Amino acid sequence: MKYVGFVWKNVWRKKIRTSLTILSVLVAFLLFALLSAIGYAFKSGADAADAERLVVIDKVSLINPLPIAYRDRIATTEGVRSVTYASWFGGYYQDPRVQFPQFPVDPYEYFSMYPEFEIPRERLDAWANNRQGAVLGRELAEQFGIEVGDRMPIQATIWTKADGGRTWEFDIEGIFENEDPRSSSAFLLFQYDYFDEARAFGKGTVGWYVLRVAPGSDPVQVGNAIDAQFANSPNETETSTEAAFAQSFAKQLGNIALIVTLILGAVFFTLLLVSGNTMSQSVRERINELAVLKTLGFSDGAMLGIVLAESITIMLIGGLLGLGIGWIVVQGAAQAMGACLPGIFLSPQAMGTALVIMLGAGIVAGIFPAVKAMRLSIVDALARA
Amino acid sequence: MSEILATLTGVSKSYRKGKETVEVLHNLDLEIPSGDFIAIMGPSGSGKTTLLNLLGGLDKPTSGTVRVGDAEISSMSNNKLSHWRSANIGFIFQFYNLLPVLTAQKNVELPLLLTSLGGKERTNRAQIALDVVGLGERARHYPRELSGGQEQRVAIARAIVSDPALLLCDEPTGDLDRETADEILKLLQILNREHGKTIVMVTHDARAAGYANRSMICDKGSLEHREAT
Ligand SMILES: Nc1ncnc2c1ncn2[C@@H]1O[C@H](COP(=O)(O)OP(=O)(O)OP(=O)(O)O)[C@@H](O)[C@H]1O
Ligand SMILES: [Mg+2]
Repeated sequence: MKYVGFVWKNVWRKKIRTSLTILSVLVAFLLFALLSAIGYAFKSGADAADAERLVVIDKVSLINPLPIAYRDRIATTEGVRSVTYASWFGGYYQDPRVQFPQFPVDPYEYFSMYPEFEIPRERLDAWANNRQGAVLGRELAEQFGIEVGDRMPIQATIWTKADGGRTWEFDIEGIFENEDPRSSSAFLLFQYDYFDEARAFGKGTVGWYVLRVAPGSDPVQVGNAIDAQFANSPNETETSTEAAFAQSFAKQLGNIALIVTLILGAVFFTLLLVSGNTMSQSVRERINELAVLKTLGFSDGAMLGIVLAESITIMLIGGLLGLGIGWIVVQGAAQAMGACLPGIFLSPQAMGTALVIMLGAGIVAGIFPAVKAMRLSIVDALARA
Repeated sequence: MSEILATLTGVSKSYRKGKETVEVLHNLDLEIPSGDFIAIMGPSGSGKTTLLNLLGGLDKPTSGTVRVGDAEISSMSNNKLSHWRSANIGFIFQFYNLLPVLTAQKNVELPLLLTSLGGKERTNRAQIALDVVGLGERARHYPRELSGGQEQRVAIARAIVSDPALLLCDEPTGDLDRETADEILKLLQILNREHGKTIVMVTHDARAAGYANRSMICDKGSLEHREAT
C-alpha cells in the first residue's frame, strides 16, 4: 500500500505517452464491453428458452403469416399439450425511435404458455374482460411512467385499422414482471381478438404459434409431425425449439460476431504491443533510477513488483474507463433498442472476465521490463551513468 | 584505539574483459574505525568506486572478506544484502541520483518504505533529515526545482534518514562549484563529528580531502595512507 503513491508518480512520468497508452487500452475494453453485451443478448435468448416450448413459423419466412385455422390442427397433433399464437405488431409509442415489441395474443393462453411472466390474477381477468385492454412489462412501464388505468396510444407502422386510422388506443390493465434477468419483459401484449377485428388486412392470420409438448413427448418428433401435417399446403411450416428459434435470429449475425471477435483479438494483440513498448521504454529510460532504488535496498522482488504494478495500473485505468463507458453505452442501448435486441446486458461475468484480462495483460505487457529491472546490475548501471 | 566498524581482509577484485582478466584491487587489507572520516584519492580507474561498492555490499570481492559491523557481507545472499544495505549504509553519489518524479520529501522517505514504519512516522523522519541538511523549507520541491548543491543535500538527507552507521560518498562534490562544495563538505563534517557517522569519501580534490580526518591513495590495486593535512 505504501508504494501506491510511488507507482502512481512513475506511471505519469511521461504524461502524453501514458495517456495515449491508456486511451488504446480504453478503446480495447470499450469494444470488449459492447461485444460481450451483444453476445449476451443472443446467448440469453437461447438460455432463457424453454426446451419444451416449440415455435411454429412459416417455412418460407418468419414474416409470412399463418392461418388461424392451424390452431386447432396443431392442438390435436399427438404430443401437443397446449398451443397459442402471437403476431408482430411493430408500432411505437410517442417516439418512433423508441422501439419495443407489441404482440397481439390471447390473454389466458399466453400467460399459461409463459409461466416465467408474472401478473396478478385480477389484472389478467381485467385485461381479458376489456377488448381494448393491454398489459405492459415492468421495464417499459417504468421507462414510460405508465400505470394501470392509463390510456396508451400506439402508432402502427404496419397494421392500419379498417377505418384507415393508424392509432391504436389501449387501456393498460396490468403490469407483468419477469423474474428471469436473462430475458426481457420490455414489451406490450394486447388482445388478438380486437386486433383481428379492427385491422384493415390480414384478417384470420397469426404471426406464429407457440406450443408446449406433453410431458414425455420428444419435442423433435412433435415438431416433425406438425410440419408433416402442413406439407404441400399453401403455408408449409417449420417447427423448432424456442432455443433454436432464438438462435436463428442470432445466426444471421453469427459471422459478424466471428469477424468482430477476430478484430477484438487483433486489438488486444496490438494493445499488448503498445503497452509492452510503453513499459520497456519507461524502464529503459530510467535504468539509473532503478539502480538507485536497488542501491537503497529495494529487493529484486520489489523491483519486479514495482514495474508490474505500473503496467497493471495502466491497464486498470484504461480498462475500467473503457468498461465504465461501455456500461453507460450498453444501458443506453438497452433502452433504445430493447426491442430488436432484448437482454442486451453487460453481465457481471463479462466484467469479471474483463478484470482478469486487465490483470493478465498488465502482467504480460510488464513482465519483460520487470524482469529486466529485477536483474539489473547496480554496479554496471551506475557506472554507465 | 576506537572500535573497528569495517574490515577488509585480503580483498581482491578482478573483472573479466573478454578473455583478459583485469585485477582492480589486489590483496587489500583495511580497517575503518568507527567514527572515522576517510578520504580516498587516486587516479581515474584505480578502483576507488570498486572499493566503495565492496564496502557497501553492492558488489562482492573475487577473494577475501568484507566485514561491516557484525556482518560478513562478502558471503551474504543478494536478498539479504539488499535488506542489510537499507539499514546499514547511506550512499551519496556525484550526480545526486534523486528520483525526478518525487518531491524532496518523498525522495528522502524512499529508504523508509523498506522499514515497518507507518506513513506519519516516515514523513516525520524525512522532515527531520531534511532539517539536518538545512533544507526543511524545500520539502515539497521537485529535484528540477533545486540547485545542484540543494539536490546533493537532499541526497545526503536520504542517505542518513534510516540512520546508518556508514556513509559512502563517491565524489560528492565532483559536480559542484567550490563554494557549494565547501558547504557540502562542512555538512559531511558535521554528520561525522556531531552525529557520529563513519564516512568514506572518494574525491579527486585535495581540498575536499582536507575535510576528512585522514586520506588514503588508491593506486595500482593497493591503498597507501597519507599524512592528514
Ligand atoms: N563492471 C565492470 N566490468 C569490467 N570492468 C570494470 C567494471 N567496473 C569497473 N571496472 C574497471 O575497474 C577499474 C576500476 O574502476 P573504478 O570505477 O573502481 O575506478 P575509479 O577509481 O572509481 O575511477 P574514477 O576515478 O574514474 O571514478 C577500471 O579500469 C574499470 O574499467
Ligand atoms: Mg569512480
